[in-house]
Amino acid sequence: MGSRLQALWGWFDSRMPSAAEQWRIHASEYQAPKNFNFWYYFGSLAGLVLVIQIVSGIFLTMNYKPDASLAFGSVEYIMRDVHFGWLLRYVHSTGASAFFIVVYLHMFRALLYGSHRTPRELVWIFGVLIYLTLMGEAFFGYLLPWGQMSYWGAQVIVNLFGTVPFIGPDLALWIRGDYVVSDATLNRFFALHVIAFPLVLLGLIVAHILALHDVGSNNPDGVEIKKTKGADGKPLDGIPFHPYYTVKDLVGAVVFLALFCIVMFFVPEMGGYFLEANNFIPADPLKTPPHIAPVWYFTPYYSILRAVPPLFNSQFPGVLAMGVAVLIFFFMPWLDRSPVKSIRYRGVLYKSWLAAFVIVFVILGYLGVNPTTVWGQFGFNAFFLDTKDIATWVARLCTIVYFLFFFLMPWYTARDKVKPVPERVTYHH
Amino acid sequence: MNDREKVDKTRRTLVVATSVAGGVASVAAAAPFVASMWPSERAKAAGAPVEADIATLQPGELRVFEWRGKPVWVFRRSKEMLESLKAAVPYLTDPESKHSEQPKYAMNENRSEKPEVMVLEGVCTHLGCSPQMKPAEDKGEMGQDWVGGFYCPCHGSKFDLAGRVFRGAPAPVNLKVPPYTFVSDTQLLIGEDKEKKGA
Amino acid sequence: MKSLLALILFAPLAVLGAEAGYRLDKSPHEATDLVSLQSGARLYVNYCLGCHSMQYMRYGGLEELGLTEQQIKDNLLFTAEKVGEPMKGPMDPKTAKQWFGVAPPDLSVVGRSRGADWLYTYLRTFYRDPKTATGWNNAVFENVGMPHALWTLQGERAYDREKHEWREISKGALSPVEYDVAVRDLVNFLAYVGEPAATDRRAIGIVVLFFLGILFIFTYLLKKEYWKDVT
Repeated sequence: MGSRLQALWGWFDSRMPSAAEQWRIHASEYQAPKNFNFWYYFGSLAGLVLVIQIVSGIFLTMNYKPDASLAFGSVEYIMRDVHFGWLLRYVHSTGASAFFIVVYLHMFRALLYGSHRTPRELVWIFGVLIYLTLMGEAFFGYLLPWGQMSYWGAQVIVNLFGTVPFIGPDLALWIRGDYVVSDATLNRFFALHVIAFPLVLLGLIVAHILALHDVGSNNPDGVEIKKTKGADGKPLDGIPFHPYYTVKDLVGAVVFLALFCIVMFFVPEMGGYFLEANNFIPADPLKTPPHIAPVWYFTPYYSILRAVPPLFNSQFPGVLAMGVAVLIFFFMPWLDRSPVKSIRYRGVLYKSWLAAFVIVFVILGYLGVNPTTVWGQFGFNAFFLDTKDIATWVARLCTIVYFLFFFLMPWYTARDKVKPVPERVTYHH
Repeated sequence: MNDREKVDKTRRTLVVATSVAGGVASVAAAAPFVASMWPSERAKAAGAPVEADIATLQPGELRVFEWRGKPVWVFRRSKEMLESLKAAVPYLTDPESKHSEQPKYAMNENRSEKPEVMVLEGVCTHLGCSPQMKPAEDKGEMGQDWVGGFYCPCHGSKFDLAGRVFRGAPAPVNLKVPPYTFVSDTQLLIGEDKEKKGA
Repeated sequence: MKSLLALILFAPLAVLGAEAGYRLDKSPHEATDLVSLQSGARLYVNYCLGCHSMQYMRYGGLEELGLTEQQIKDNLLFTAEKVGEPMKGPMDPKTAKQWFGVAPPDLSVVGRSRGADWLYTYLRTFYRDPKTATGWNNAVFENVGMPHALWTLQGERAYDREKHEWREISKGALSPVEYDVAVRDLVNFLAYVGEPAATDRRAIGIVVLFFLGILFIFTYLLKKEYWKDVT
């Protein structure tokens, strides 16, 4: 039996030697630093969630109807009449939120350990492109259930594009394919969500991983392991990805799946954060819900949008601020001027600013979910506040801190008092 | 066994054990996805049994009912029609319906529970067209030997008044008899057997 | 791990119940109480289905509540001929809009959009109001277009919005406690119809987590064994 399998492998390998070569390059001989910690699980977990979303998405598409008069009903059909349809639906809705949790933690790892620094700028750029594509994918997907939140969320966001000077209204009309969000919009968002953006996503992810493997992975100490090689030409601090990290990522995957299943089977709505109550009302173009909010993973940017008041009779400055808040991530490799990569050897300035950034990101996210009156109002109307809502004023403060994290980075990273970086990674068995 | 071999053995055991557990988990995870492709409750409801009222069905009259998207013929056979069934036997491919699909109560010479009432799926067993009824009088079109039955216009298959296929036809087997129950003398329930519900 | 704070924020989105006003009572229903669910189904078909369809719920699905197909046919099958058909109401939406100002919404998923607590409170806080078209108003949903469909069971009451005081006008067929039980059953049914797979989902979840626990043990041992190599 064993020799027959070997013969079969031999037949395959002689006709496609590149397959085995790729396995060697990317897995069995890819030298990865041996000191990967908790923060290094999220790349493989993101890949796992991608597979989960594609598989569940395919089966949902077997039963979903992308027609304004049928969409909402088809989702309920899936939930009730299709065998285990409820499971398909919850896998996909939980997976959408899980994707963003994993991706945000994955990005945070980069900020911790300087994974965006040279020579990995391109890995970072592909990553930000993946993030943008993922946001688009989620936005298109959210319209598909055709609930109140789906409809009005899409209406609001597409109208944002309408605020662009000169081309705005035509741009919004072109995106929608109609004068308001309608069946035409639903159908095209379906096409984009099911095939166009997933293909783009797959392409970008392949590029992301290839770019990474070409230069080699970073690690929690920010030490370049290729600088210290042994007699065999391999980095002293490196271990082959397979079997060590395949086996370790397997444990990570199981733990992740357990958390995923706890949510999916016991709290799929997650208090209204993953599946919003309002979205169980069929879309009604004539009735706007009293409070429209995007899904939680967009809310920090939504907060920034709302925080900026209209200027020159246009809401475009707010849209611009929101856009810059996302796009500024691209510039991280050049904004960060620290001589060291990892937070372990950085000074108090970077640590404080990073902590502040995370705190305001979370606060902005929380504020974005809620109406602007969530924290009540000021009794007075000081001229510089220009608002009575406490939440709006806090959002403005947080927006300023958010942007300062990036804009001041070239200054505080250069000034920061850093610690000496070791030659070899720190690893304790 | 030296240390190296012991380590290899431990690893092999663990890899096998984990693979087995993982394999079971994968099959269990795949199961709901595969299951979701079976007919949904909506498809099953649409395929539910159909009531057929035959109180006014005259001898020689054929009525068509739709069940699971297919035409089901219910027709009343006169005494002459029943007798003609014997005359057809020498021309049939499978006079005893050994190779065709019919419920137990239709495994008789009339292929029906009650001789006078015939229930057939009006779908030609060749490639699925719906044949036309040609009574015994249509000898001009169907030939002098014609004793009555059905003719499929697509490729020329012929069936007798019990749905049995004539030799020389492209159709391989007799017409299918669907499950049905007599709720009363004048009411049929097509699609459901008395023995098991939801055929 | 400050970013994990985002995960821990379980604050429920009280967006819909956020009418700055009537405090919602917690619905006392138990999803596993089949008798309560059957009673709720009966109440729904008799008092609600006339105006409110449940188009995503099939009559046959009620077998999950412990009823036989025959029982459903005999007691509940009013607006359809076959048990496999959905529970559609007889009211035409256009006519309904004329009568009530808004077509009575389909209630298949109202258990999820409004929530059980809101429904439980709403159905118990109707009051007489001569100023409205139907003569009824509601403390939770001000100026609702719906009349008190269950008034024969609860009786009539008056409500002072400023003072938050309730006053009885006439008695209904049920005592206040009996009425609360009836509403509890009805809300239980609405919650069930909102997501019929809920009990299955939780049961399967327990089995899945158990298996993942076993898988975790195997994969962890495997990892530990291989990582002995790494010094």
